[in-house]
Amino acid sequence: MFPKEIEVILARHLASCLAMPIFIVDDQGNLVFYNEPAELILGQRFEEAGEVQIEEWTNILRLTDKDGNELPYEERPLVLALNERRPTFHQIWITPFDHIPRLIAITTFPLIGQADRFLGAMAIFWEVEAGKK
Amino acid sequence: MHVKLWGTRGSLATPDPEMARYGGNTSCVEVRGKEGTVLVLDAGTGIRPLGNTLSHISPRLDILLTHLHMDHILGLGFFAPIFNPNMEIHIWGPASTTLNLLSRITRYLSPPLFPIRINELPSHITLHEVPCPAFDIGEFHIQTMLVCHPGPTVGYRITENHPHGPTFTYLPDHEPALGAKNFPLTPDWTSGYSLAAQADLLIHDTQYTHEMYTAHHIGWGHSSLTDAFKFAMLAEAKQLVTFHYDPAHNDVMVDQIIATALAEAPPNLLVTPGREGAVFSLT
Repeated sequence: MFPKEIEVILARHLASCLAMPIFIVDDQGNLVFYNEPAELILGQRFEEAGEVQIEEWTNILRLTDKDGNELPYEERPLVLALNERRPTFHQIWITPFDHIPRLIAITTFPLIGQADRFLGAMAIFWEVEAGKK
Repeated sequence: MHVKLWGTRGSLATPDPEMARYGGNTSCVEVRGKEGTVLVLDAGTGIRPLGNTLSHISPRLDILLTHLHMDHILGLGFFAPIFNPNMEIHIWGPASTTLNLLSRITRYLSPPLFPIRINELPSHITLHEVPCPAFDIGEFHIQTMLVCHPGPTVGYRITENHPHGPTFTYLPDHEPALGAKNFPLTPDWTSGYSLAAQADLLIHDTQYTHEMYTAHHIGWGHSSLTDAFKFAMLAEAKQLVTFHYDPAHNDVMVDQIIATALAEAPPNLLVTPGREGAVFSLT
């Protein structure tokens, strides 16, 4: 259990106060937090899921495109933000912990702190109605 | 290790007889090691009287700035050793995301805010940016980390380099409760925890009462006494020294605020009200 950097702590606190679903990973891609609105889409409370290694959560959370094709690992939005350190936007299907597919719009971006310290990445996502953009 | 408080006031110096007991100078703490190394923590107005005692101590002085708010740097231009051509002065402090430490300090040490530019000062000044990996100065081992306060702000953990050497943690401006529901959270999610863990002495921000904090000052970067107690207990610090008093609080009010907080939520550690001139000896 390593102490979190202040930027990550503040990101969690901000996420806890916002009504948009937010998912935060550390610099290795391990899940460190998601907020209550995200719990509604992911189908599990964060207190139950806890911090999860990247290999595990990328296996559990299945992402597919509009045709049902699974997104390759390296094209997953948070993996792009982590590996390429750039923001992304996608509209994709997610099959989360409760195995119920949901269409979401997702924005991801890297977390870069003071002195260009790379700290992880963050995703903000919404459930959208199928057929609408 | 000896720790002496030269300035305990927060935000603004208060040269007021009714505030003289706790002190009117802003943040400055002297740390002196067994081998004579001197560290100066912050350069509030308390650094001016400290400077008058340091002329013949050592050819090198290290000033460790937590951040660059005015109450922590205002005394820098009035610190006698910086005008001594035989002095080597190392200033440690945070850069911002867009400005290096030199540019940030120069905003103060240059006209119109100060008549002399930093490169015109007679002493030999070297700047070091923090946070950075742990480093040693003389007999001290020093760890730094960004902590919760508006703008880049670091806390310091200073350990004397000998077996069972004491540890002192300095967090004068710190709001670890910001945004945290049911503060404190677990140690890894608490700002400043690893700096303060099991410290022999913790100087921590106690600017507000719980009522002042929750009613008007959330997000201002400072702590209530109650939250400081919770933080110190989470960190299992051995002794907490209250610090960074609100400039609107006179001595009688500070007495009452501390007494009330201790009565309402007594912490299971030693709490000592920080007073200007107080010395703590750690072994």
